[in-house]
Amino acid sequence: MQRATMDLWVGLFVMAGIGALLVLALKVGNLGTYSASDSYQVTGNFENIGGLKVRAPVKSAGVVVGRVTDIQFSTETYDALVIMNIDSRYKFPKDTFASILTSGLIGEQYIGLAAGGDEAALKDGDTIMKTNSALVLEEMIGKFLFNKASEGSSSENSDKN
Amino acid sequence: MVLPKRIVAGIQSVGHRVIDSIWRLGYASRFFLLTLIKSGTSLRRFTLVIRELYFTGVQSLIIILMSGLFVGMVLGLQGFETLQRYGAESAVGTMVALSLLRELGPVVSALLFASRAGSAMTAEIGLMKATEQLAAMEMMAVDPIARVVAPRFWAGVISMPLLAALFSAIGVYGGYLVAVILIGVDEGSFWSQMQNAVDFHYDVVNGIIKTCVFGIAVTAIAVFEGYDAAPTAEGVSGATTRTVVTSSLAILGLDFILTSFMFRGMG
Repeated sequence: MQRATMDLWVGLFVMAGIGALLVLALKVGNLGTYSASDSYQVTGNFENIGGLKVRAPVKSAGVVVGRVTDIQFSTETYDALVIMNIDSRYKFPKDTFASILTSGLIGEQYIGLAAGGDEAALKDGDTIMKTNSALVLEEMIGKFLFNKASEGSSSENSDKN
Repeated sequence: MVLPKRIVAGIQSVGHRVIDSIWRLGYASRFFLLTLIKSGTSLRRFTLVIRELYFTGVQSLIIILMSGLFVGMVLGLQGFETLQRYGAESAVGTMVALSLLRELGPVVSALLFASRAGSAMTAEIGLMKATEQLAAMEMMAVDPIARVVAPRFWAGVISMPLLAALFSAIGVYGGYLVAVILIGVDEGSFWSQMQNAVDFHYDVVNGIIKTCVFGIAVTAIAVFEGYDAAPTAEGVSGATTRTVVTSSLAILGLDFILTSFMFRGMG
């Protein structure tokens, strides 16, 4: 085979391979929609994070604005420290409310941010003061049963009286 | 003392095999290091590598693309079949993309590469040895490792990640073809759920690392088996078989080790 044709084929092959990598990065992966380079980091203390995992999305009004990068346990407050990177295009007020929500009944858990009214914006390294823990299904069922039981006993008592 | 003699002979044969295989392993690693050291010429005279890239990379394209397409289509069908029971059929894109990027893309394309390009490499080098072309090169003061082995090694290492990327990319489109166009899953949720779930660093880069490791392993085994083949017709055919068997086992074993380091259930 001639040298030039061989070069042509190899060139096409290498370009197609790199093109496939780009497709995987931009169309299949999330590099096109979210990049970690221009983001700022904030921390939230949660009493209970439920099943939240690293890389879970951070959403505000349903739009993904960042991702959870690390989850640690603080031995000072006995809280969970959730560190998240938020896209620097999105500024949030200092008194933003962070809560752990679940998408759907059995879906993945994510952090929902609800903007507050403060004029100062969250900066890199800040801590979100107002947080709301994850809803743990077992606790909710326990509370519900407890309420039912106490309701039942109080109605019995009122019948007797 | 008849029985002890037999026992001694049995133990001897075990010892012989162990020493033999360790010797071979050492020989193979020395050969691998020698290939790396002597690859300066092939990187300077890059036309040698381009020639081999044509044979290992370009000529493997059709089998890689066809298999990728079919694997993606099967994943789309099976994923839809299972996920629709839970009413989560729009997650079929996620399933196809993650299984291709993390496992099937690197592993299946490496297995195909081993049987398509690796065996050809072994047969070629083995036949060169059997027909004393390698010895002739040495007579002319041309180092056969630098001239024959190293270009093939680098061509394999370069083409493996590219082939695996093509496999995964066309597999995703195969899944798209079946799930969206044939079955009718919503196109928007197919792509957006996929993009939400696939992380560039966690999934794509780890897959590329896997393919690089597989590429090095497969081509190193292929060139070594060719170079080490007994210079007979039988020796070359045995070496070709060993290349496919050993590199398939190496791919699957390495895949388990790499996966256990990369994906430990976080995320």
